[in-house]
Amino acid sequence: MRLPDPEALLARLADSMRPEVASDTGLIGIHTGGVWVAERLHDMLGLETPLGTIDVAFYRDDYGQRGLKPEVQPSAIPFDVSGHDVIIVDDVLYTGRTVRAALNVLFDYGRPGRVRLAALVDRGGRQLPICAQFVGGAVDLGEERRVVSLARADDGTLALAMKEPRGAA
Amino acid sequence: MQRNPQLGEDGQLRHLLSIDGLPRDVLVNILDTARSFVSVTEREVKKVPLLRGKSVFNVFFEPSTRTRTTFEIAAKRLSADVINLNVATSSQTKGESLLDTVANLAAMQADMFVVRHASSGAPYLIARHLSQDIHVINAGDGRHAHPTQGLLDVYTIRHFKEDFTKLTVAIVGDLMHSRVARSEIHALTTLGVPEVRVIGPKTLIPPDVQKLGVHVHHDMARGLRGADVVMMLRLQNERMNGALLPSAQEYFKTYGLTPERLLLAKPDAIVMHPGPMNRGVEIDSAVADGRQSVILPQVTFGIAVRMAVMAILAGGG
Repeated sequence: MRLPDPEALLARLADSMRPEVASDTGLIGIHTGGVWVAERLHDMLGLETPLGTIDVAFYRDDYGQRGLKPEVQPSAIPFDVSGHDVIIVDDVLYTGRTVRAALNVLFDYGRPGRVRLAALVDRGGRQLPICAQFVGGAVDLGEERRVVSLARADDGTLALAMKEPRGAA
Repeated sequence: MQRNPQLGEDGQLRHLLSIDGLPRDVLVNILDTARSFVSVTEREVKKVPLLRGKSVFNVFFEPSTRTRTTFEIAAKRLSADVINLNVATSSQTKGESLLDTVANLAAMQADMFVVRHASSGAPYLIARHLSQDIHVINAGDGRHAHPTQGLLDVYTIRHFKEDFTKLTVAIVGDLMHSRVARSEIHALTTLGVPEVRVIGPKTLIPPDVQKLGVHVHHDMARGLRGADVVMMLRLQNERMNGALLPSAQEYFKTYGLTPERLLLAKPDAIVMHPGPMNRGVEIDSAVADGRQSVILPQVTFGIAVRMAVMAILAGGG
């Protein structure tokens, strides 16, 4: 299975968002891959509201089975969420559980005016009623259980790769 | 080699009983996780749902309002239900054994025990007799250990000084009766602090303390010279059953931290104290409330560190 080039996906994603955002739209990236995508989008779209980042580790629904992942990143939303137009950004949209957790994090900062979702790639396999308003591209992976994840090289180039899920034997 | 009773077969932390014997990566993971919880406590909603539906029992066989309160806040910020038991004033006085008390509490479906006991080793005994899925945190046992205090101290040092491997840390006071000092020393040496000094009178420094890799000073001025961190210990009045010291005034004259003495340390040295302070005994008010004091940040960080420990223990069933 060949995975698409993230740079091309990113350009498409930014194009689809451009007519739908205002300069005060707030982007919030989900650690870690979603933050990389959000940083690039923030630049490409020329947004003025500073970028927010969240780590959903404290809100995951599989904490009881898998525990806390190491290296939880601090969340930081440097603007007032209440009443704000917000777009949550993630690298790979899969089951929808991460987005569910991200929404809960967000609402503990305040009551946003509107929340939309942008994903670099949609790989299907949703387990919750969640859909993205903006998608860079879709890949059909069928029954594939391996995780698609985004990696960033030292020079900033992004790449998509397959890997075994955390905690898998 | 016997397995550390705090670690599961997979190397994961199951109980927090002592810092002694914990690998560096376990300590670093706790500190990193605590950093994320600090950001949570700065939000409007200071709570996360991690321990929703779990019961944390604070079982204090020895009174301590402050420590119990910070554990209670930490557990509540993780959305756990908290039950406080002051056992010193209940069943134990009716003659119930320690293990009977704990077995009864476990039967009330506890998920985690936070234990303070006057006898060293009591939390180990409790951890050994509970089923696998119940976790124990030592909140101070006798003269042995107070691991979360040691962890919040190193968290505070990392916050202000960043790199452990360049630091000189001086611990001043009653090492003999201090479980806090033992936990601090283990944490500092494990994290790579190259020079840990202990300063105090011969009667309050245990003779075998050098085995922990520290330098002993009986002269306050010499011990403070060039220190990056000065950690004061409380003079344990209630533990002193004998004439180890002539008087509190005498002690302050020789080992009290005054502004003049603090000048011997580095100009940017930080001053720490685990509380509660005896002003005018081990520390001068001008220092305790001074520019270099980080005593109140220690308390705030203590909540995040205890949240991190609970979150790491309770995860993964």
